Parts: sequence; C-alpha cells; structure tokens
Amino acid sequence: MMKANTRQIEGVTIVDLNGRITLGEGSVVLRDTVRNLLADDRKKILLNLADVTYIDSSGIGELVSAYTQVKNQGGDLKLLNLTKKVHDLLQITKLYTVFEIADDEAKAIKSFSN
Amino acid sequence: MGFYGDRQSGMREQPRMNLTRVSYTLDSTLESVNKAEQAVTDIGRKARLSEDEIGGLSMAVREAAVNAVLHGNRYDPTKRVVLSLEASADAITVSVRDEGTGFNAQAVPDPLAPENLLKQSGRGIFLIRTFMDEVNFRDLSPGTEITMIKYLHKGENKEDASR
Repeated sequence: MMKANTRQIEGVTIVDLNGRITLGEGSVVLRDTVRNLLADDRKKILLNLADVTYIDSSGIGELVSAYTQVKNQGGDLKLLNLTKKVHDLLQITKLYTVFEIADDEAKAIKSFSN
Repeated sequence: MGFYGDRQSGMREQPRMNLTRVSYTLDSTLESVNKAEQAVTDIGRKARLSEDEIGGLSMAVREAAVNAVLHGNRYDPTKRVVLSLEASADAITVSVRDEGTGFNAQAVPDPLAPENLLKQSGRGIFLIRTFMDEVNFRDLSPGTEITMIKYLHKGENKEDASR
C-alpha cells in the first residue's frame, strides 16, 4: 500500500510518496493528501516520486488531477526524482512537458519562490 | 484460445509441454486486477522476458483487467472476468473477457491530443496499444473480449514500444 509523508521546507510542502500509485488505494492516498494540503492552504507542492515503483493509468490520471487542482487554486505542483519507469511513462503519455520535473530537491524548492 | 472450463472464482493452472496455457475466472474486483497483473508477470518471467518487457506486458494486462472490472462489469458481483494467457516460443497472447454492455475502442479520444492531455482518464487503451504488438477487440454481445499479443523475438516485426 502506498504511503505519503509530508515535510515543509521554506514554504514548500514535499510529499514523499512510497509504493504504487494505482487504481484503488494508491490513487486515493494521493488524492486525499493533495486535497488536505489545499484545504490547509499549502499550495506549493513538490511530489517526491523516488520511491514510487509503479504507476498505472489511474495513477497518471490522479497526478494530472492533482496538478490541475493545485494550479486552479493559484498554486504549483512539481515532480521530483522520477524513476526510469515513471519517467518513460510520462514521456509516452506526453505529460513530461506538462509537469515541471526536477531531480535536485534544493533547486526544486528554490524554483517555487520565483 | 484458453481453457474456459473453470467457472469458479480463483486460479487454476493448465500447463502444457512447451506451450503454457492458463485461464482464470475472476470476480469483478480490484483484487482480480492485481491477480491478472501477477499472473502475466509470472508468465513473462517464465518466458525470460526482460524486466522492461515484463513491465510493459503487465501494465497492458492490468489496464485491460481494470477496463473489464470497472468499465465492463462495473464491479457487479454476479459478473465474471475471464483471463486467458498463452505463452508459446514466439509470443505471449493474453485475452480478457468481460460481461459488460460492450465498448467501442474507436470511440476513445486520443489521449495525446493537446485538448485531452490534462484529462483524468482515457489512457488505458493507449497504454495497451503502446506495450503490446497486436491488440484486437471483439464484441461478444453481451461483453467484450480484448486479445493482446506480445511477440518474443524483438525487432523482427514490431515497432519499438519505448518510443
């Protein structure tokens, strides 16, 4: 089952995701986490996918949905540390150009302040 | 195609000599989706596919199983999903059959079109086509069967799925 732990650094919330983002549990965990952050007025969100081993089409949909929700509320959602598998999947689905993707946490955090 | 005699829920294996053919009759649940994914992963390992190939194959079958359980049978506890797997020296053939009201694969919008990129759903069939070499749908009225083939001799008669 997927786990999501949140950390706060310089006004940016980093969500460390661990496990599979798939139809059912994983997608729900991601949806609830982002919903709670937005309710808490935490709109600078960095999803750390380093330990996400697998994403299916439902998980991709959940990432897209999270992205549009955060954007619609004037915030920003970026992705950090993609595994090769997830990177390839975002490339195949042409979402690689939609998401802002980083592989350096410190730089990614700084990029939010601009 | 497969062995369709087993109408009970659960998994029963029917191994043949150098041809592996198995069929599972599954409930319309998420657990069945995971079972389907696991079953094809095992077949891929036995066929000595690379981890990348197994990843693509299992994703395609997972998406097909999700379609059958969620969009076809709509989690109806009275309806079943039949998964058939066949591994030969040349190919792995997988079919997933549901008892839903039917489905038109041509009607699914292109998920790569700019206006669809940010849609939450509609990528399943696209991913199946990406990771498999041949994909066919059959209207069973009622129900739909998707048959997917992955050829084992890389580079001979298929496109590079990673592009």
